[in-house]
Amino acid sequence: MSALKIENLDISYGDSKVTHGIGFDVAEGESFALVGESGSGKTTVLKAIAGMARSWTGSITAFGHARTPGIDRGFARQCQMVFQDPYGSLHPRKTVDATLSEPLAIHGVGDSGARVDEVMQSVGLDRRFRFRFPHQLSGGQRQRVAIARALILKPKLLLLDEPTSALDVSVQAEILNLLKRLRREQGLTYLMVTHNLPVVSFLCDRLAVMRHGRVVEVASVDQLKRGELQDPYSRELTRFSASHPKT
Amino acid sequence: MSALLEIENLRVTFPTARGPIDVVKGLSLTLGRERLGIVGESGSGKSMTGRSILRLIRAPGKVTADKLRFDGIDLLAQSERQMRSIRGARISMVMQDPKFSLNPVMTIGDQIAEALLTHQKLGRADIRGRTLAMLEAVRINDPERVLGLYPHEVSGGMGQRVMIAMMLIPEPDLLIADEPTSALDVSVQAQVLEIIDDLVKRKGMGLILISHDLDLVSAYCDRILVMRGGEVVEECVAGELRNAKHPYTRGLLASIPRLDEDREELPVLQRDEAST
Repeated sequence: MSALKIENLDISYGDSKVTHGIGFDVAEGESFALVGESGSGKTTVLKAIAGMARSWTGSITAFGHARTPGIDRGFARQCQMVFQDPYGSLHPRKTVDATLSEPLAIHGVGDSGARVDEVMQSVGLDRRFRFRFPHQLSGGQRQRVAIARALILKPKLLLLDEPTSALDVSVQAEILNLLKRLRREQGLTYLMVTHNLPVVSFLCDRLAVMRHGRVVEVASVDQLKRGELQDPYSRELTRFSASHPKT
Repeated sequence: MSALLEIENLRVTFPTARGPIDVVKGLSLTLGRERLGIVGESGSGKSMTGRSILRLIRAPGKVTADKLRFDGIDLLAQSERQMRSIRGARISMVMQDPKFSLNPVMTIGDQIAEALLTHQKLGRADIRGRTLAMLEAVRINDPERVLGLYPHEVSGGMGQRVMIAMMLIPEPDLLIADEPTSALDVSVQAQVLEIIDDLVKRKGMGLILISHDLDLVSAYCDRILVMRGGEVVEECVAGELRNAKHPYTRGLLASIPRLDEDREELPVLQRDEAST
């Protein structure tokens, strides 16, 4: 059974249609990347899956369960999202403990003390950070909190929206290692949006290249590493990432 | 080569509850009409260095230096009024994110004209002509249309090009670019940097490019300073960055994933307790 199946997905914001007939399949335990430039609709696809973009047609199925455009708690327990900017995605006046307990309260899960403790440990956050506020944490620590918040409901599928693009290279390496380890330990499935192809090489198994709201190519990471992408646009992206063209 | 900018023992200090903290600790550099890259992680003091050259650090921050001279002018001795005539006209700065740096309620044409008018008196037709020419120089295709647009109506890449146009129209001698492309896509990044590079070369400006992206800096600069915790840990010729010696620089280089990545885990820097 595939972890996530997207078929013929058209998402619109108001009158403007942002994506056109998106379709791809992510196997259970796989790490899949959506790449493309800004405005190509990749984040919008994640938002539709997470239930934040409500006006779409087509089908989104996770672990055999089709979601509706409305609020779907059962779906949310299976599938959580990590946002791009840890400076913006954490409530500035809530402690780490409050941030992590909130999903448990919403879904009526008990034993929150122990669950918070456990999830903080798994993302490598020391106990002493539990009652701190986001402004007392570094960027890398904040992103760890954001990942912990996504993991606390024990979902099987994580949606990652450029999880490291707001971070320094050395912190990016720590978070990428963490994501890799969590996936191995907890058997997670990832759907990651990024425009950084080297990150895809490190963390993913397959990728879909998007442009102007369409998927132009689906390829394996081995093809990416060998520079064997077919579509002219994908080749252009690879060229930009391989090296900054020296002038 | 006469030095365009000379800095000796630059210190930037901020008071905190636990006493003053130096965010830049005695930095010295000399810059000719060349392209200098400053790289480092957040908190390394690279942006503070750029800002202190323009005296943009506000109280309670304090800037001291044994020498801070730009083209023979002692920047620390200038009055606020004198500084205003230097900022923009002789030294200008491209900021990180066009979304926050452009005025949202002024058209692009008016903003670029304002940058020019602050420093020169020109007729209306002249201004329009120079503005259009500048927009063309930053490769905006139909400048006539863009002139009348507001910042929210253009894309990030175009906004950044507008900002570069604004910064370059008074023809400064030194351009400080603080993470000019980190808010942009890879494909647009290369374009924007090529525009800066081209203009810097053509007009013989000095450039200080501040970034956390080592690959990018090594591709677009002549010389690189690597900063950490307010100090310069290594200085090298851009082409030699791959052979950097300092363990910190090597650590940074190693932690970047490659396109043909096959390492199971990326090496991370050991950091002291204070910065974790």
